[in-house]
Amino acid sequence: MKRDPISWLGNALETGAAWLLAIVWIAPLLYALWAAFHPGEYAVRFDLFAPLTLENFAHALERAPFPRYAFNTFILVTSLLSAQLVLCTLAAYAFARFEFKGSSIAFGLVLVQLMITPEILIVENYAILADLGLVDTIAGIGLPYMASAFGIFLLRQAFKSTPRELEEAARLEGCGVLGVLWRVYVPLARPTYLAYGLVSISHHWNNFLWPLVVTNSVATRPLTVGLGVFGAPESGVNWSVISAATLLSVAPLLIAFLLFQRQFVQSFMRAGIK
Amino acid sequence: MKHVYGWLLLTPAAILLIGFTHYPTLRTIGESFFSRGSSLRPSRFIGLDNYRAMFDDPIFWKVLTNNLWFALGTIPTSIILALTMALLVNRALPGRALVRMAFFTPTILPMIAVANIWLFFYTPDIGLIDQILSLVGISGHNWLGDPATVLGAIIVMTIWKEAGFFMIFYLAALQHLPPELREASRLEGAGRWHHFRRVTFPLLMPTTLFVLINAVINSFKLVDHLFILTKGGPNNASNLLLYYIFETAFSYFDTNFAATLTVALLFLLALMALAQFYLLDKRVHYR
Repeated sequence: MKRDPISWLGNALETGAAWLLAIVWIAPLLYALWAAFHPGEYAVRFDLFAPLTLENFAHALERAPFPRYAFNTFILVTSLLSAQLVLCTLAAYAFARFEFKGSSIAFGLVLVQLMITPEILIVENYAILADLGLVDTIAGIGLPYMASAFGIFLLRQAFKSTPRELEEAARLEGCGVLGVLWRVYVPLARPTYLAYGLVSISHHWNNFLWPLVVTNSVATRPLTVGLGVFGAPESGVNWSVISAATLLSVAPLLIAFLLFQRQFVQSFMRAGIK
Repeated sequence: MKHVYGWLLLTPAAILLIGFTHYPTLRTIGESFFSRGSSLRPSRFIGLDNYRAMFDDPIFWKVLTNNLWFALGTIPTSIILALTMALLVNRALPGRALVRMAFFTPTILPMIAVANIWLFFYTPDIGLIDQILSLVGISGHNWLGDPATVLGAIIVMTIWKEAGFFMIFYLAALQHLPPELREASRLEGAGRWHHFRRVTFPLLMPTTLFVLINAVINSFKLVDHLFILTKGGPNNASNLLLYYIFETAFSYFDTNFAATLTVALLFLLALMALAQFYLLDKRVHYR
């Protein structure tokens, strides 16, 4: 491919545009980093030689139990994902390999949840949770999301594309219904499990409205709700401390994302394209 | 046997799905026909009175219009930006991974954290935007306190949060386009813009529709930022339907009216489900 000056210039312009847009895009986050690591008076004053400090983080930790919130979020996300994987695997297997009576109607009813997610029905779901005595529990935050239509849908697609011959071979080896699922379908769907897992973790790490309604104590509040309570304008906390608290709450997921960027991006792609 | 196995495997998920999706949906519809109960006057059947009240409620219309403007303000711009971003990083570019990371990172943050960061940008006088504007002699403005600018301020923030997410879908689609297409256009003497307009963009149409419908649905579900930034104010200028439902149920404790509002939201989502079904699955299914 020959390089004439015009296409070279076009290329350089596009590279410049890409970089400019990237800088604009990341600037708010860089700004939050700046504010969090410098004393309050530098929040609006840029000085390359401003002293670095961890004071803001110390203040944030003094004012709210962020480690406890992080622990709650961790328990929520892991227990919810485990439940989702079991429930969705079983249901997806049913839809993919057992043409049982009423399966297409049942599948249609499952897909309803893609549109009507539990937080849309916040009023009645709260009432149901209260009837079950699960208000202000971590189980209560997770329960409505455990049977995930999205997970069932993704895994059903993956199971359907598994060659039947493998299942027959496993049956000849003496595997039962669940044995086939465990030895053939689950291992072959690993990329789908990874994709679904990452999407589920980031979704529930960040979820706010439903946990806000369900929880009202430090022992159950996830990070997002803790941060929401902390950062409310009327709480009168100074800006640098809010930045520090914000970074504290997003750090685990953000660091995981930066380390496994490729897996995250590919998972979101895979999950989105279906 | 397969019927038994099928239903057995489905049962655990089915119980939870029915319990937290289908049953509450029916209950919501049922509750919308009853009056607000109190300790003195129990809730009673009032037919369509709640619906009449809803249609007479100026706040209901206000939040619906806000939802419409919020969608119109965020979606087209996010989609154009997402496509631009995808095209920019889908080519040889020094530091491509970094650029892509910059675009995608806001997606991974919770809306609450995003709102916290942006709250300070919008703070009157001492906030970042007013500081920058003061350099060129424009005096401070209360971006979130002024009904004329509050929705715009929230729209800008939401675009920042969402564009990178939509970029992913365009990137995936671009990577599936055969490279011979560009070669063919080149042989025909078509310029890059022409190639984009006549070849790439039409081929991305399924992606655009997919993103569009998901963005519309999202625009009804995305209310977390209101808790930090405005609480729906000033004077409901930034209030959205789902937030209004939350307020009605959990601040005013009128669960029956909240149920009625939820039925309106369910109706809108059903319309979108139909649109998705007919536009995506029937006409532009791609594999």
